[in-house]
Amino acid sequence: MKALAARRHHPLAFVVILLLALAATGGLYAAFQPRDAQAESYSQDDVDAGKDLFLANCASCHGTNAQGMQDKSGATLGPSLIGVGAAAVDFQVGTGRMPMQNSGAQAWRKAPQMNDEQTRQLAAYVSSLGPGPSVPDEDQLDASKADLENGGNVFRVNCAMCHNAGGAGGALTRGKFAPPLQGVESKHIYEAMETGPQNMPVFNDDNISAKDKRDVVSYLGALEENGSPGGISLGSFGPVTEGLYAWTIVLSLLVGCAVWLGAKAK
Amino acid sequence: MSTTTPTRPSTEAEAPASQGSGDGRMLRLGAVGGDWLDRRVSGAGLLRFMGRKIFPDHWSFMFGEVALYSFVVLLISGTYLTMFFVPSMDEVVYNGIYAPLQGAHVSKAYESTLHISFEVKGGLLFRQMHHWSCLVFMVAIFVHMFRVFFTGAFRKPRELNWLVGFALMVLGMVAGFTGYSLPDDVLSGNGLRVVDGLMKGIPIVGTYISMLLFGGEFPGHDIIPRFFTIHILLVPAAILGLIAIHMVMLVLHKHTQYPGPGRTERNVVGFPVFPVYAAKAGGFFFLVFGIITLISATTAINAIWIYGPYDPSPVSAGSQPDWYMLWTDGGLRLIPGWEFTIFGYTVSLNILLPIVVYGGLLVFLALYPFIEQWVTGDDREHHLLDLPYNAPVRTGIGVAWLSEYLILAMAATNDLIALKLRLSINDLTWTFRIAFFLAPIIVFYVTKRLCIAMQRQKRDLALHGEETSKVVRMEDGQMLEIHEPLNEFDRWVLVQHDDYRPLKAGKGVSSLRAAATSFFFKDRVAPVAPSELREALEHAGHERHRIDELTGGDYTTPDARRH
Ligand code: HEC
Ligand code: HEC
Ligand code: HEM
Repeated sequence: MKALAARRHHPLAFVVILLLALAATGGLYAAFQPRDAQAESYSQDDVDAGKDLFLANCASCHGTNAQGMQDKSGATLGPSLIGVGAAAVDFQVGTGRMPMQNSGAQAWRKAPQMNDEQTRQLAAYVSSLGPGPSVPDEDQLDASKADLENGGNVFRVNCAMCHNAGGAGGALTRGKFAPPLQGVESKHIYEAMETGPQNMPVFNDDNISAKDKRDVVSYLGALEENGSPGGISLGSFGPVTEGLYAWTIVLSLLVGCAVWLGAKAK
Repeated sequence: MSTTTPTRPSTEAEAPASQGSGDGRMLRLGAVGGDWLDRRVSGAGLLRFMGRKIFPDHWSFMFGEVALYSFVVLLISGTYLTMFFVPSMDEVVYNGIYAPLQGAHVSKAYESTLHISFEVKGGLLFRQMHHWSCLVFMVAIFVHMFRVFFTGAFRKPRELNWLVGFALMVLGMVAGFTGYSLPDDVLSGNGLRVVDGLMKGIPIVGTYISMLLFGGEFPGHDIIPRFFTIHILLVPAAILGLIAIHMVMLVLHKHTQYPGPGRTERNVVGFPVFPVYAAKAGGFFFLVFGIITLISATTAINAIWIYGPYDPSPVSAGSQPDWYMLWTDGGLRLIPGWEFTIFGYTVSLNILLPIVVYGGLLVFLALYPFIEQWVTGDDREHHLLDLPYNAPVRTGIGVAWLSEYLILAMAATNDLIALKLRLSINDLTWTFRIAFFLAPIIVFYVTKRLCIAMQRQKRDLALHGEETSKVVRMEDGQMLEIHEPLNEFDRWVLVQHDDYRPLKAGKGVSSLRAAATSFFFKDRVAPVAPSELREALEHAGHERHRIDELTGGDYTTPDARRH
């Protein structure tokens, strides 16, 4: 506190206060803006705790005010998070992508480093910076209200070209890839559509309505629940893995039998 | 039974009838049945003829049988499927038990396939058996074909049977492709779309051909009923007929055998078809049947409910044809988008060039026996197989052909390779493009060199016998290694192969043929000549004599003697 008091007369204090005020109005706007009824309401405590977490874990790339940062050569260290919304944070942090570690073609999914509470606080902080899509609520994910057939159709038309019809994942250009969707939590699927992480396009409610999103999420859940009625799915990659299986496992069984019969006849 | 020892039953193709006394009971049984049949159809002659056919025994000869047996499984499982499949593209609303598709507008073909999968008893098992046996069938055909290729079994008099076999392979691809297209799911529709594109890529007539096949604009309403007829009637009938011809020719020519003592161009060493081979073949049939059933009961294939009903808009990542058609997709993925327009017609080189490459690869394979015969000028009959290393250029060509095939097939899976190995798909495409031109050359050269190295090594072995790593120092300080000479049988295998030489142009030999013979045989390793062998044996005897004089015939080391 002492440190803070000493800084109060610092010339930059004014700028900071101005920024905070701006952020606060942004947050207010977010709270009242009509499109995304804030599914989850965050308390000021959440926002404060989130800010602390943010400064400790994220600011090195995204800047102390989440305004984004560039290194000396002008390459982005982390994009601005103002207006990305709670959904983006919940997705990125909840799937372990953020805080980011490697700098490859793409941020990887890994074991989440923040617990649910911390994730919520970070989301609270970022959503307080500017309006953006929020974390979906129970109702938006409720599979019992979903139309699976429509979900399957929407998925095959909009997502399968990158993620594969079985959700097994697929390659994009230059080493980038769309990850497999098996085992991804429903809310993260929903958020991925809302926020379009990295090379995935954003599917806002004009492209795919909230109802369609619920259908997609439920369809993927149903696919997973059904499992593979035919037995081992070989990763749902289709004809190529099936062919590989025929050339390796089945062929060795056959050769084994042929050699064995040959030996028997001796 | 081994490939080197002649075992009891017979070394004659047509053995005298009194020969099988040990199998007396079986024969008596056979005689009763035979007599019964003979009185009605005079079949005894045929039966006796077939029963006493000799079939040599080697595991590499069994892939033809695997193809045959998996074809039987295909017929059985396919027949079951036809009872429930509805070959129609009429639209219906799905209301079966698979919840995620309830209410979907699908074709009857797709609906009935879902019905077979989820509601017909044993339906899914039969579907999977049908598809797995198709993959196994094509694998077996491939392995069989290259067994025949690498051992030179296609040489006179079997060139025609090679062509029949080749036709069977192509028909197998047609059968597989038409079958793959029947369920009318997204993958099968994508496959048809590619065929449609290939046809439309042919200048001038392409569009008409496509319209004819599809009965109008793609996809139309006719393609599935048409493919159904082709798939369940025309192609299987053609395959059955050709298999019959294949087998008749096999019996007429008699089976080839690997070189070995007692095996000549004029006999076949092995077991008589009845009872030994028949029993074995029967056992093998059940093993193949069992393996296919086991795989089908445990491993999913072509989950069409995941791909969804065909609709031209979705294209899934990882859309590929079955493995035996992969190579036809590879060229399309590798070629840059070259196109130009002439007199208002678009000439799509990006489609025409791959078609030319595919055709070239196939035609070369079909004609290879004739090409080789033209080069060697050899019109003798061959019933003894070549060991692949004794035909370095042929083996090299075969492996180069396979490498080209493999590169095309891998190019068709570039997205999956990129995904699984975390590679860039763009880099992969370039790698495959370069490999398409370089790999066959490198692979040919390396294979040929390896074969020649093996030939040299075997030649040394035939001449000097096995090294024992025991060295004797003579009194004058010379070091001599003790060699264990090969027995006659083993040596015979190593010295029996044919020798061809490059020809000089002129005297009725065209310069093209001279060049071809030079390409085939300029690096040849001559087989061991009798005089050479005599000399080597003499030399070895002399050396052995000196060693024996010194050691008194006791080859144990002084160290070992001390103990
Ligand atoms: C090592 C640097 C780094 C760290 C640390 C980091 N990020 Fe990021 N972050 C990035 C980069 C780079 C991107 C852009 C990713 C992309 O699009 O490829 C990103 C993207 C994001 C996005 C998505 C933005 C959008 O447009 O949807 C969110 C949300 C985010 N980060 C939140 C966080 C949070 C919260 C933390 C702290 C827990 C954090 N990041 C830590 C580098 C980092
Ligand atoms: C252009 C290709 C593309 C399309 C179309 C696309 N995605 Fe993605 N998707 C991606 C990429 C690339 C990522 C990886 C992003 C990352 O790692 O940050 C991704 C990530 C995801 C994830 C996160 C998976 C994980 O491992 O955490 C989900 C869920 C997802 N997508 C769902 C969908 C759905 C649902 C659709 C259709 C509405 C869709 N995607 C359409 C490319 C695509
Ligand atoms: C439907 C597919 C096929 C079936 C059912 C089949 C069946 C067989 C069988 C059972 C044999 C005897 C056993 C053996 O040598 O393996 C044989 C021999 C032979 N096959 Fe095939 N085959 C098929 C395809 C092919 C193909 C694609 C080729 C080559 C293009 C081919 C060429 C030959 C030749 C030349 C022989 C004689 C081999 C010899 O005597 O050594 N066949 N076939």
